[in-house]
Amino acid sequence: MTIQTTETTPRQQKEGLQASEQSDRLAKIQTRSLNFYYGQFQALANVDLNIRERQITAFIGPSGCGKSTFLRALNRMNDIIEGARTEGSVLLDGEDIYDRDVDVVLLRRRVGMVFQRPNPFPMSVYDNIAFGPRIHGLARGADLDDLVERSLQRAALWDEIKDKLRDSAFSLSGGQQQRLCIARVLSVEPEVVLMDEPCSALDPISTLRIEELMQELKEKYTIVIVTHNMQQAARVSEETGFFLHGEMIEFGPSSQIFTDPSDKRTEDYITGRFG
Amino acid sequence: MTSMSATRRRGLWQAKRRVANGLLWAGSILATILAMVPLVMVIYYVAAQGLPAINLDFFTKLPKPVGESGGGMAHAIVGTLVLIGLASLVGLPVGILGGIYLAEFGNNRFGWNVRFAADVLCGVPSIVTGIFIYAVVVVPMGGFSALAGGAALGVMMIPIVIRTTEELVRMVPMSLREASLSLGATHWRTVLKVVLLAAKGGVITGALLAVARIAGETAPLLFTAFGNRYWSARLDEPIASLPVMIFNYATGPYEDWHRQAWGAALVLVAIVLILSVAARYATKGRAHTVR
Repeated sequence: MTIQTTETTPRQQKEGLQASEQSDRLAKIQTRSLNFYYGQFQALANVDLNIRERQITAFIGPSGCGKSTFLRALNRMNDIIEGARTEGSVLLDGEDIYDRDVDVVLLRRRVGMVFQRPNPFPMSVYDNIAFGPRIHGLARGADLDDLVERSLQRAALWDEIKDKLRDSAFSLSGGQQQRLCIARVLSVEPEVVLMDEPCSALDPISTLRIEELMQELKEKYTIVIVTHNMQQAARVSEETGFFLHGEMIEFGPSSQIFTDPSDKRTEDYITGRFG
Repeated sequence: MTSMSATRRRGLWQAKRRVANGLLWAGSILATILAMVPLVMVIYYVAAQGLPAINLDFFTKLPKPVGESGGGMAHAIVGTLVLIGLASLVGLPVGILGGIYLAEFGNNRFGWNVRFAADVLCGVPSIVTGIFIYAVVVVPMGGFSALAGGAALGVMMIPIVIRTTEELVRMVPMSLREASLSLGATHWRTVLKVVLLAAKGGVITGALLAVARIAGETAPLLFTAFGNRYWSARLDEPIASLPVMIFNYATGPYEDWHRQAWGAALVLVAIVLILSVAARYATKGRAHTVR
């Protein structure tokens, strides 16, 4: 794996190299000199990092630091924003997802996303889960029923709602709705699950359930989570990155980031001095 | 002492505020009542005058020859429904798809122009639409027809449906679109399967209100559908409609005609009312679609 070093600062070079040395075999997603602009405003500046497979990687930082933008760059959800521009590359299994011949539809099937607020479709529970498999032609009839059941089981929701499959998804509680959204992502059998502050609209018990679920899911999926909640990042993740003003300030094992950060700004942030 | 006078002054100010509050409240109630008066009176009048004309014959028989009393307006009731149906065939697909286009892809110069054109078209007097259809449909076809009437009404529906659909599609939260896109759905698929489903209740309401709006139009029918004293099973021939019958009968010289015109007015109001109530019903439980 070669590292582009032309436009990065020495510190980032060093970290990039370290990360790649540790994880060459395991890197699922690698970003290389990733820059992102909303019109004139630069939201991401030269982000270089490796996200390893089958673990949870968390990103923290104050509001507007670019962490959500970064997450959305990983499945090209930023494409739908008018006047936005991406530079650099994001490699998924070594292939640049911003290549001209990449099909966004297939990319998003491999890299799914869970949003800040539960956003079920205005349909039945069953149809919510079946939506993805139907558009990708994955299953029909009894196979589809199986796939729906399997997805709900993986999202630890099946036992609670197996009798409510025909009910409106809106009849579920907020926490159930969010797990429904996770099941909906799992139904298209992705490799990576991006989570954009998935618990910020949920109560502590629902939050705990989602966190437990994430621990189960990381056996099979690569999970990337953006969170405002530093305790959550410390609890659930193997590695953590700290964003500030669109820059990746520090990235490393969560135990190290939260106990012995090497950058002063990271320390200030996690000790609550700003943000 | 200072605190006392401060309190007293505030008390005075509060009294003033109470008076102002009361005046505004009374004023708005009065205005609301004034607004309701014509509505109630119209319905009362139409009902009072029209009910005596309503009987089974009215719904099942054709008009009697001039001079004889009795008969009905069955052909005009059916004709109005046919015209509404034809207008919907023109107005709803064009209006709904146009509205979706404006909401989803219309943030460009073309979209801006279409929006402006729709607004202008909304304000075009209905008789002008009638003349337009006369020129482009009636003259080439060589005569008045139900098709021409339906086209005139349909053209009037388009801008209303376009604008209401656009508004409602825009109101669908971004998060729903994102959920669909993030699962790998294309933009069009997202619009058809998710956005339209979420906006369904509103779009149906908009469509029904547009239908209610054109159901009573008379002017554009006068020289398109024209009118007919007999059953017409063919769409390329003139067809009767309630508004035109009302117009002809109310301006006619016979007492019995006037009575029947009131009856027709009552039926027309009832049709519009039923459509409005149906629109209300359709919006109820929006976004709670259960299979």
